[in-house]
Amino acid sequence: MTTSIGLPAAADGDVVAVLDAAPSRGGRLRALGRISRRHPLGAFGAFVLLTIVVVAVGAPYIAPFDPIEGDTAALFSPPNSTYWLGTDAFGRDILSRLIYGARVSLMVGMGASLLGVVVGASLGIVAGYRGGWADIITQRVMDAMFAFPMLLLALAMAAVLGPSLQNVIIALAMPIVPRAARIARSSVLVLKATAFIEAARATGCSDTRIMLRHVLPNTFAPLLIIATAYLGLAVVQEAALDYLGAGIQEPEPSWGLMMSGAATSLALVAPWIVIFPGLAIFLMVLASNLLGDAIRDLLDPKLQRDYP
Amino acid sequence: MFSFIVQRLMVGIVTLFGVAVMVFLIMRVIPGDAAVMLSGAGAGAVSEEELAQVRTQMGLDRPLVVQFVDWAGHVARLDLGTSLRTGNPVFDDITRRFPYTLQIVVMATLIAVFLGIPAGVLSARYAGTWIDQLLQALSIGGLAAPSFWVGLILILGLVSLFQWSAPLLWEPFWVSPVKSFTQLIWPALAVGLRQLALIARMTRSIMLEVLGEDYIRTARAKGLSEWHVVIRHGLSNGLLPVVTLIGFEFSALFGGLIITEAVFSVPGLGQYVVASILNRDYPAAQGIVLVLAGIVVLGNLTVDLIYGWLDPRTRLRGAET
Repeated sequence: MTTSIGLPAAADGDVVAVLDAAPSRGGRLRALGRISRRHPLGAFGAFVLLTIVVVAVGAPYIAPFDPIEGDTAALFSPPNSTYWLGTDAFGRDILSRLIYGARVSLMVGMGASLLGVVVGASLGIVAGYRGGWADIITQRVMDAMFAFPMLLLALAMAAVLGPSLQNVIIALAMPIVPRAARIARSSVLVLKATAFIEAARATGCSDTRIMLRHVLPNTFAPLLIIATAYLGLAVVQEAALDYLGAGIQEPEPSWGLMMSGAATSLALVAPWIVIFPGLAIFLMVLASNLLGDAIRDLLDPKLQRDYP
Repeated sequence: MFSFIVQRLMVGIVTLFGVAVMVFLIMRVIPGDAAVMLSGAGAGAVSEEELAQVRTQMGLDRPLVVQFVDWAGHVARLDLGTSLRTGNPVFDDITRRFPYTLQIVVMATLIAVFLGIPAGVLSARYAGTWIDQLLQALSIGGLAAPSFWVGLILILGLVSLFQWSAPLLWEPFWVSPVKSFTQLIWPALAVGLRQLALIARMTRSIMLEVLGEDYIRTARAKGLSEWHVVIRHGLSNGLLPVVTLIGFEFSALFGGLIITEAVFSVPGLGQYVVASILNRDYPAAQGIVLVLAGIVVLGNLTVDLIYGWLDPRTRLRGAET
């Protein structure tokens, strides 16, 4: 398909060059400021994500209440000065559960997109570089994985592995693998034809060394782009798995879980139960999409059309 | 064109075979013994001998390859086995539920195409103005909103504004088209929102590129009306990548469908697949996952063929993807 990402070898050097070329004292900071002025939405996304990371890490210090032990005297209390975002059916503070839930979403989102991209890229690079039978077989397996709707593959894997944080990460990484593999492979095919790989081979580099030292760094830009693109998607899918009951289990706080089960019917009397967790997911996905767009623009403007 | 079709068909068949193998393997490693499930009691309540008997009955004690060939043979004859949960033939369960899902998919795609493309064209034509900025903000937001949350919010809104209640009986399309349309429009909206946003963004970026081409300037210089230029000369040249996107997004559409059907409790394929997988009803899960993946493969194949028809150049390359 149109995933031929003809990547000029120096494309990922641009940002580094911008940062490096700046004069030493405070220069990097100023360069960062220049980038964020040109991509204000991307800077906003980075800021929001960073805030979520800080909140997630500092959850025990920031959360006003315990996320699991509810206050039985305050069931379904609407947002007020004590419970800023209200409480749920067990009297648990929604805000505190959101803050703790950010840990799950972040870990799963980052874990799954990282794992999926690393595994997929390794497969793609080896298959693309080696060619032959290894390539053909990898390609057909990836084609088959492509045919599964993302959520369906993750759901089946989650059911196979059983519900735990680690397994949810593995399950959500699965659908990312073929997508990362395809991108890595197509950039390797372009790279293989270039003179500097030829030169590396002529100087007697081993295949492993060429793949690790010469091919991998040059596929970095497209891989970084899809890693951010799939971060948001993994967060949504994680919430979806929890919603369906195949992911994180009660009473652990997770954004998807907070909206699932009886929450739907309870929401009619206490809409804050489902509105706020959804908003949290929305904000996180929005932030990672905006950041992803900015990174894509910075690294390679030509990619814009291939990855909507 | 003929050899192109044959070649694409071959790739599709090989992919389907790979899908079948994967579905089969995934379902065999699901923990929770199917024999225990079938004998109707929890683990431990049945003796080892009884379990062994059930396994022999179901053929679960044979080598995996033999089981696969047996299953594939039945699938080829459209026999997907009997559901452990509903007791019906899986094929019947699927055909009964398929119309709802198909209708949602079609409605969602129509909504996405007929709102998304005009939105993208407007955005590109008025690039930089408030119209463009508003539409862009909406589409970025639409991409970030999880479809099941949109569904929940829709339900909340419908209930509080119109005293809406979830239909107890979902009318099939052929019994009462109008009623089924009004029932399924909400899930279709929730599913289609993401597609709508994607199509709008894609159309915008393509139109921006196309509208900068020389032949657009020529068309304007000829004195054609602005919209004639934008639609006839611009859009018709920019539609191709949008068609690809719609095909590419087919599998994402089904993902959204699975969860949205759960939110609205539509008795479609999405609900069936979730219940089958979570209840370890593996004949049903195998069958339905295979059918869904098969639909995606067919969808991609169709897009490939449409693409080849629209753009003859793609028929020459082909195999290298």
